[in-house]
Amino acid sequence: MSAGRLGLPGLGHAPEGGGRYVGGASRRDRAKGLAFQAVLLFSVVIGFVTLIALLVDVANDGLGKLSWDFISSFPSSLPSRAGIQSPLVGTIMLMVLVALFTVPIGVGAALYLEEYADKNRWYNRAIEINIQNLAAVPSIVYGILGLAFLVRGLELGRVLLAGALTLTLLVLPIVIIASREAIRAVPASIREGALALGATRWQMIRRQVLPAAIPGIATGSILALSRAIGETAPLIMIGAIVFVPFNPTSLDSAFTALPIQIFNWTTRPQEDFKLLAAAAIIVLLALLLTMNAFAIWLRNRYQRRW
Amino acid sequence: MPTEQMAEPRPRPVPVMPRTERPTTHVETRRPGDAPLERAEPIFEVRDVAVTYDDSPAVRNISLDVHRNHITALIGPSGCGKSTLIRCFNRMNDLISGATVEGSILYHGQDLYGPGVDPVEVRKLIGMVFQKPNPFPKSIYDNIAFGPRVIGMNGDMDGIVERALRRAALWEEVKDRLKENAYRLSGGQQQRLCIARCLAVEPDVILMDEPCSALDPIATSRIEDLMLELKTRYSIVIVTHNMQQAARVSDMTAVLMPEVRDGDTTVGHIVEYAETNKIFTNPDNQRTEEYITGRVG
Repeated sequence: MSAGRLGLPGLGHAPEGGGRYVGGASRRDRAKGLAFQAVLLFSVVIGFVTLIALLVDVANDGLGKLSWDFISSFPSSLPSRAGIQSPLVGTIMLMVLVALFTVPIGVGAALYLEEYADKNRWYNRAIEINIQNLAAVPSIVYGILGLAFLVRGLELGRVLLAGALTLTLLVLPIVIIASREAIRAVPASIREGALALGATRWQMIRRQVLPAAIPGIATGSILALSRAIGETAPLIMIGAIVFVPFNPTSLDSAFTALPIQIFNWTTRPQEDFKLLAAAAIIVLLALLLTMNAFAIWLRNRYQRRW
Repeated sequence: MPTEQMAEPRPRPVPVMPRTERPTTHVETRRPGDAPLERAEPIFEVRDVAVTYDDSPAVRNISLDVHRNHITALIGPSGCGKSTLIRCFNRMNDLISGATVEGSILYHGQDLYGPGVDPVEVRKLIGMVFQKPNPFPKSIYDNIAFGPRVIGMNGDMDGIVERALRRAALWEEVKDRLKENAYRLSGGQQQRLCIARCLAVEPDVILMDEPCSALDPIATSRIEDLMLELKTRYSIVIVTHNMQQAARVSDMTAVLMPEVRDGDTTVGHIVEYAETNKIFTNPDNQRTEEYITGRVG
């Protein structure tokens, strides 16, 4: 912005009658600025109000049903006796398995791409673009893959392992991308410092880069898991069974999960099941928000300013 | 040129004398009739080294001997390839994709770029301190212990850490806070920590790439004192932007100059390499003289 526009005489290249021009322009600019600010505020309000409305609605319906009995009972065809023990246990076991599968593979892939891959080679660039695209593939497509390849192709059946592997495929690209960002944030000077002391590349990665990147990797992985936790479509696609009145005990147990149970209850005609669904939604949301809060705490706790 | 360095009184100031009448065509460092210099054995013999980055040359025709227990300074204006050159001595240029090093650098007679030479082994013997202090985001203790651990040094780690910190003149300041994060040290302390970290693996040579450029004059003077102490045990090669620093600490000085080729690409080469005293009082080369008297660069 030239000095003339600030109304400083003789400094800028204001035209004849610069004073009038300066005043008009800045009033117009100020109005534009205010209008823009109002639009932005409105956008925030829309998102916020929607969220609050949803929460209030769900809480209204569901809080009455929420009790220890609700959490510890198995699903039942009688609304008064139905609970969410098996779907809750199913969801937690899915999460544990998905974390066990995705984190090592995701971090390994990220380390390869960041530390070893020669970016000048076409196949490394192809892998990179593919991973980015995979992160954007709709989850139902992973469900179809899981059904065709895992459930039928490998004949795993509609079991816990098949569900966990399907969700693993779904969140793996997200974990890889998040881990790469965390690894890339470790400055080159740390790598050079380690190598200059006679460390091998692996020692440098293992003892300096990875420890420095772990908070970022953990945050990204938890956020990815919390996406997996809410996924319904792929699990329904591979045919997770909707009525399972027992907990999964092994990798080849039949299983259900919270979103599937919620989906199932909302399709029932009885009003009571809708209230149960709302209560289950509260549990799922609480689980989700806890994970996200933990991820944020982790990020703030270990955030580094290099 | 950083002027705060000039204001500081130092025990070994070497006057930069403007020269009035002297032939400037000499490129030879030594003149016939000069007494032969008593020099310790060379640890590095650099022979006709050229470095290119992605086909664009950075330095070329580099030949010099680096002597044991000497401080050898590489000076010159920005873009003359000083840092490129110093990174050849511990094969750090290997880490830059597209960089190639031609010619040979003999280290105690063995070519560092010969077949079968492992850069990791080279870096165990030839340590490096960087321009910006780069401690690891760990405790002071772990910063020092990292090197000895990765190269598999056995024995009393506490003793190794203490010895390294003492040699880097940092022990007294940090002995009660070894478990504290290294990022809480001041910039000058961080740089001495990086020097201590480098000493802990017991190298033979220490390369310093503008080690004081991020430090204030007091921290700089402490590092310079430290360098003078360290040269009794180690050989030091230092890149510096600061001619007063080269004059104060170094025994030998190489002056690099960029040479403009095809428009805007520059290639660095050595215009003069001699005893520091000679470079700063009686240089043979006109460009050296212009540079040290501040007329160019």
